[in-house]
Order: sequence, then structure tokens, then C-alpha cells
Amino acid sequence: MTNAYVVGIDMIKFGRFPERSVPDLGAEAALMALDDCGLKIQDMQALYCGNLGQANAMVGQRVLQQIGQTGIPVVNCANACATGATAFREAWMSIKAGVYDVVLAVGVEQMGRGLLGGSGAGKGIPKEGLLGSGTMPAVFAEAGQEHARKYGTTFEQFAKVSVKNHHHSTLNPKAMYQIETPLETVMNAEMIAYPNTKLMCSVNVDGSAAAVLCSEKKAKELGLMGRAVKVAASVLTSDPWQERDLVMPDVNTCTRKAAATAYEMAGIGPEDVNLVELHDCFATAEILHYENLGLCKDGEAGRMIDEGESALGGRVPVNVSGGLLSKGHPLGATGIANIYEVSTHLRGEAGKRQVEGASVGLTHVIGLGSACALHVLEKVS
Amino acid sequence: MSEENAAQGPLPVVDFLKLPEGGDPYLEGHKCKACDAIYLGERSICSKCGARGEIDPVKLGNTGTLYVYSIVHRSFPGIEVPYISAIVDLDGGGTVKGNLIGVDADPEKIEFGMPVEVVYKDALGRKDKDGNSYTSYFFQPRS
Repeated sequence: MTNAYVVGIDMIKFGRFPERSVPDLGAEAALMALDDCGLKIQDMQALYCGNLGQANAMVGQRVLQQIGQTGIPVVNCANACATGATAFREAWMSIKAGVYDVVLAVGVEQMGRGLLGGSGAGKGIPKEGLLGSGTMPAVFAEAGQEHARKYGTTFEQFAKVSVKNHHHSTLNPKAMYQIETPLETVMNAEMIAYPNTKLMCSVNVDGSAAAVLCSEKKAKELGLMGRAVKVAASVLTSDPWQERDLVMPDVNTCTRKAAATAYEMAGIGPEDVNLVELHDCFATAEILHYENLGLCKDGEAGRMIDEGESALGGRVPVNVSGGLLSKGHPLGATGIANIYEVSTHLRGEAGKRQVEGASVGLTHVIGLGSACALHVLEKVS
Repeated sequence: MSEENAAQGPLPVVDFLKLPEGGDPYLEGHKCKACDAIYLGERSICSKCGARGEIDPVKLGNTGTLYVYSIVHRSFPGIEVPYISAIVDLDGGGTVKGNLIGVDADPEKIEFGMPVEVVYKDALGRKDKDGNSYTSYFFQPRS
């Protein structure tokens, strides 16, 4: 099987663009990714497009209607918050399978504001606030509380995740926010669902990101190996049955399963990873994933955040982009935006937030319901 | 919106809450005979082991322990806050999510593993479009 490479990748600055359309946002990122490697839409053999909000509306084709209707196959996919990463993985699989040599992956989302999750009335009466809460801040609060129950993780430790990621985003011009949030500010912000305050919830934003993937032969032929990033592993899992499944989504087991497979596929261990972009949809979630991804031993995630090991300059910087907490979380774009961030570091082009000497990076997303996608990216030496 | 369409007595808030005539309310699980997995609500295939047609209803316990919780301060419009969203492991098997009542919405007052009991009450005055009232289940601390 051929190796697959990212040869062109980019994202728009995340923000709120209510006056624009989903295909318009997707088209912008697609053109940026093509320009990044100097290729044209006519060079692309297929398009894999991720979008959740308009999953039934042929977003990929509508992107091509804006930038070039070349008649190539288009696959539209939706996989909750793993949507963008799933589109990228479909593109990767087509290269690995030898079906195509050069393809485009686009992730795009336009979000409303406010709470996600909860249950509608269904039949009978509304259950929200009667049978507990289905809102995302509460669901991830409960997931974090499981860690607190096992290891004594504190509100303050969860809050430190937000302090770190908001700090990182001050170094990322493409992040939604560039605002420092000291610990007191995070802890004293409006409590949404204990222990998640407002500043510990990801930001709903509009955004798009895109990548051009290439086989090794084609990348060499096109002279694109210079800035190429190797996709050393691509893994997708769903959630295996768990005892509390019915009332408590399990984001841990599917991540652990994906991580074990990804490390094996890439022939590395977690100790070889220089930076990670992981699914910090809520501050509580990031703590869980330090352990799920093997960045520290079970029970050590609290210590890891306390000692700054996951901060820029630390042992294994996590979410140097600002993460979903501050860069923003446009559901369908997030997976590819994470890959953009890691690729930018591996290329040595991350400016003020550059992780020095980065040669291996990991990206992770979780779509509740559940889908976990992991990618291991390697610098081409 | 007419009260005339309303049923005789309160309805159960979910299918797995049973209100037997002349008996005490209880939560019903569905248990796989092949692997002992417990589900809430009727089903015929076990998603743990894949067994078909091996699932029987079981009466779930009325006591349990608090597994985890969140104190919800912001919810959708019209939903009264704060409330405690709790996940409870029932004695004898089964895990259920609901509101924890009878304790302050303060993390200092809530302990993981605290014993709770299931109580059955009116569903916070919520009615459906036909005017039916509902019985819901809640958890409260047990001494």
C-alpha cells in the first residue's frame, strides 16, 4: 500500500459569518488548501466533504458549484463532531486503496449559538430538567465527574485546562478568541453545568478547513514532498457496549481503542508524540483524554495539568491552537482544522506557537453517539 | 388543549416507569438471559452480546448509589434551574439518570457513592398538550 500525504492544507479564521452560506465557507477553505500546494480543482480526482448541519443537502457538490464542477465523485458525510475527521479519513482510504492519487477533503460548519443537546418533548412532556440533563455541558460534566470520583480531580484542575487553551489561542491568529482568561476568571464565570463554567465550554463558531491528500508517487511526481506531511495512521472507532451506556455516553473506551490501534499502525508509542490536538469540547473532557491517549498514566491527568506538561513548552503540548475551547468548534470543520494545526507545526510554520522540533503529532475528535477519529501525522524527513 | 382528552390518572413519564393499578410504582428493566445486560425500555436483541429473543422484563430496585452528577445552572428556556442531574446505579443492577432532590445543589453537600432511593412524584407540574399530568421518578438521599 502506498503512503498517503497531506500536501496542501488550510483553514479559514473561525468566527461568526451569518451572512455567508455553508458552501461558500467550504469553498474558501478548499481554494486555500489548493493554493497551499499550487494545485487546481481540475487536478482533484474526488472530493470528500464533511458537514453536519446540512447533512442531507449535498454540500460537497455545492462547493464544487462555486469552485469548479469537474464531474468528480463527491462523498458527503456526517458523523457528529467526528464529521470532518471522517471525511479526511475517507479521502485517506481512497489513496491507500490505490483508487485515486490526489483528492480533496473539506470540512465546514455554520453553527447557531447556545446550548447543544437536550431532548425535545418526544412524546409526552419535555424530559430536560426532569430526568436529569441531556445538554452537552452537563453530559461532559458528568463524564468529568467520573474522573473526579475515581481520582479526586478538582474543579480547579478542570478550570486550568481552559486557562491553558485560552492562553494558547492568543498566539493563534485563526482562533475565534485571543483573550487571556486567568484561573479566577474561568472559575468565576457563569456556572453552566458544574463543574463546567461558561469559559470551560467550547465556542460555537462558523468555520471551514480543507486538505489535499496525495499518494507518494504522485506527491513526488508533482514535486510536493518538501512540505508534505505523512499520514502515519488513521483510525475510526465506535463505542463498544458499556454498562452505563443508556444514560452516560462513554467517550473513553472508543478513544482508548482508537489510540491503541493508531499507535500500532504508526509504529510509535505515546512517548513519541510531540503535540496533540484533542477534543476539548469541554474542559472536563480534555483531562479524560490525557489518559485515554496514553499521554500520562491513569490517574495522573490532574498532575499533568497542574505541572504544565500539556502547555506550550511542556512535555507534550496539547491544543496549542487554542482548542475547541477558544479556537472554536464548527462541528464539521473541527477534525480537519486539527489536522491543519498539527501539519503546520510539523512544517515548522506555526509562528509564535510553534512546538519546537515537532516531528510527530496526534489529532483526536469524538462525535457523541459515538465516533472517535484519530490521526497520527509525521514530518517527512 | 382540552382537559376532556386527558386520561384518568397520571401517565408514566417514560415507558420503563410502571404504575400498576393498586400497586407501588417501579422502574422496569429488560435483562438479557444470555449475558445479563440490563436495558431500559423494551427490546428484543441484546446490543452487548447480539442474542435475539432472550430478553425478559425485570423489576429494578428502588435503592441505589449515586455514581456521578452535574449541577445544571443553565438550561433551555422555561426549565427551572438549578437542578442536579444524577446518574444512579441501582442495587441489583441497572443504571438510571434523573434529578436528585432533597439535597442542596452544592458540590459540598453531594457525595459520590451516597445511598439514594427512588421516589415517585408528579412530574414538576408538566402536562402534555392534552392536559395529562405525569408521574416521574426522582432520587433522594437515603439515610
